[in-house]
Amino acid sequence: MEAGLLLAGILFMLGLISVLIRRNIIFMLLSVEIMLNAAGLAFIVAGTRSAQPDGQVMFIFILTMAAAEVSVGLALILQLYHRLKTLDSDAANKMRG
Amino acid sequence: MENLLWLIPALPFAGALLLVLFGSRLSRPLVAAIGVGSVGLSALLTLLLGLQFLSERPAFYHQQVWQWFEVAGFNPSVAFHLDALAMVFIFVITFVGSLIHLYATAYMADDADFSRFFACMNLFVGSMLVLVLADNLLLLYLGWEGVGLCSYLLIGFWYKNPANGYAARKAFLITRVGDTALAIGLFLLFQLFGTLHIQSIASEAMQVWDKGAPMAVLVAFLLLGGAVGKSGQLPLQTWLPDAMAGPTPVSALIHAATMVTAGVYLIARMHVIFALAPAAQLAVSVIGAATLLLAGFSALTQYDLKRVLAYSTISQIGYMFLALGVGAWSAGIFHFMIHAFFKALLFLCAGAIILALHHEQDMRKMGGLREKMPVVFWTFLIGAASLAAVPLVTAGFYSKDQILWLQLAGENGNIGLYLAGLLGALITSIYTFRMVFMTFFGTGKTHLEHPPGKVITVPLIILAILSVVGGFIELPHNFGHLTLFSDLLAPVLPAVAINESMAASEWLFQLLAAVVSLSGIFVAYLFYIAKPALLTSIERSGAAMALHRFWHAGWGFDKLYDTLLVRPYVYLANLNKRDVIDAFYSFLTDLAEALHIMLAQTQNGVLRNYIMGVVVGAVAILTLSLLL
Repeated sequence: MEAGLLLAGILFMLGLISVLIRRNIIFMLLSVEIMLNAAGLAFIVAGTRSAQPDGQVMFIFILTMAAAEVSVGLALILQLYHRLKTLDSDAANKMRG
Repeated sequence: MENLLWLIPALPFAGALLLVLFGSRLSRPLVAAIGVGSVGLSALLTLLLGLQFLSERPAFYHQQVWQWFEVAGFNPSVAFHLDALAMVFIFVITFVGSLIHLYATAYMADDADFSRFFACMNLFVGSMLVLVLADNLLLLYLGWEGVGLCSYLLIGFWYKNPANGYAARKAFLITRVGDTALAIGLFLLFQLFGTLHIQSIASEAMQVWDKGAPMAVLVAFLLLGGAVGKSGQLPLQTWLPDAMAGPTPVSALIHAATMVTAGVYLIARMHVIFALAPAAQLAVSVIGAATLLLAGFSALTQYDLKRVLAYSTISQIGYMFLALGVGAWSAGIFHFMIHAFFKALLFLCAGAIILALHHEQDMRKMGGLREKMPVVFWTFLIGAASLAAVPLVTAGFYSKDQILWLQLAGENGNIGLYLAGLLGALITSIYTFRMVFMTFFGTGKTHLEHPPGKVITVPLIILAILSVVGGFIELPHNFGHLTLFSDLLAPVLPAVAINESMAASEWLFQLLAAVVSLSGIFVAYLFYIAKPALLTSIERSGAAMALHRFWHAGWGFDKLYDTLLVRPYVYLANLNKRDVIDAFYSFLTDLAEALHIMLAQTQNGVLRNYIMGVVVGAVAILTLSLLL
């Protein structure tokens, strides 16, 4: 049981760290997916512990949400690449307050 | 005939209205016709009404025009009350006023704002007539303030020179001090009597108050405050000399014949209250005595022709106050009438001189005008003789002598006031003839530009005749004993009780007054014609020069008020230039804006910073929820 939560925690941290240190925007999107899955895993482990199906129901919701998020995210990435000809997220620092 | 009473103030108002609305589009002769005609018609009506008044001898004519308003039982009406006192005033205002208007058509002929000038003058005459004809104090106050407004407009008539604007503001603000006192007095009277109708107040006051009742004294002092402000008496006299910034006909109309005597009218009109308040009445005479001396000494040292006349006006109104203060009501009003004649005459002569010398007002640069302007010389001499009270032949002698005599013989008179008046008479004749000698004798120093025309000299001649003849309607007991004027006023103003033991020696004091007046002329002759070297040697000494400067500056009153009131006020205003209370609120908005700029910097599009922000926020919230 603890091992499952530990795994979820490690996955979440890995995702968070790579979102922070990556500059390529596609990798940042992938890392967000990893964090979402870590959260889903945590739900399932928690649901198993109390022998309830709610955790798995929650995971299906997260999957659905992740799919939607990826489609919006990919569309944004396409637009970004179309305008800036690069996938470097720092190239988008055009806002001035 | 008395149904036409309302037309007397209405005509000048109509003239002013016409000139304000259409004045700029009318031709100059038409403007002059409206300006002079409206006041002239009023004068004609006054004359007809006066003749009827003299033949019928009613107590008064009363005409209600309409109900002004009605609030909670307070129902002042626009109603005119014409009794003998008002009769004398409207006669002087319309008659002298129309002569001055006529004169002004020539004096102002080259001015660009011809129609504005006559609009203001007509408005002024209308307001003054409302003031003296009002049957209630509220309407009187309306006229009172209208007169103040017009004096502001006319003193600052040549508004392009900032000094004139300053003089206009000064006149307006200083008289406003007195007006405030008067307004408080009116509030008090309304609270006590529930009405502002003058006749009802007068009759009720006599029943309600004993002599010397504190409330009567308070009200009398408040009314006196208003009178002091308007009439340029101590301590509110400083505006009057500066008010000479206006065109000369304005000085003649406002600062000689009419507006400044509004205070005299108010005191005479409310004489019942003053008679019930001996302390206030004593204050009236003391103020009058002090003012006439102060202004007289200042007049001795002035070089500006109009300023001499301004100080002399202050001084002569001091005499009227002196008379009112001892209860010699009709003597005060008599002096008002005579003063209006000769002072208007002197101002108009001064205007003719100033115009002829191309706006030169400094008497040191005048001289030798006797041959060049004979009509102006002779009329000015008559006016000056009347002002100096040259015995027997001038009106000024009869009016002033009566005041001086009643200081001694009247029941409220005392020797101190008499001596002050006598000294004032000496100074008056010195400065008057100093003015005559400096202006008309000696050698000419400035080239004469325009000799005065008929329109200018005719009013001078009429006023000169009045300045002589006017005195013969009221002759002293011991010769002639003619009392036409005091008989006319007797139903309105009670006669002064005369101390019988003094009556026998009246001729002695008349002789004294005559000697004083003539010796003043002699002193002026000595210093300015016979031995000018004597004068320069006196003027050279240090003490005399210091005294000269002190008097020249009007006893330092301007400086005193400047240090005590104007400068602290300006200092405080400067401190508060950026509203102290407002500073707190502008600090709040400044703070919000600074924070906004700081936070807006974080919106820079660097995605990883946003994520870092989210992480730091989440960690902080988690930490807090664990700790708390």
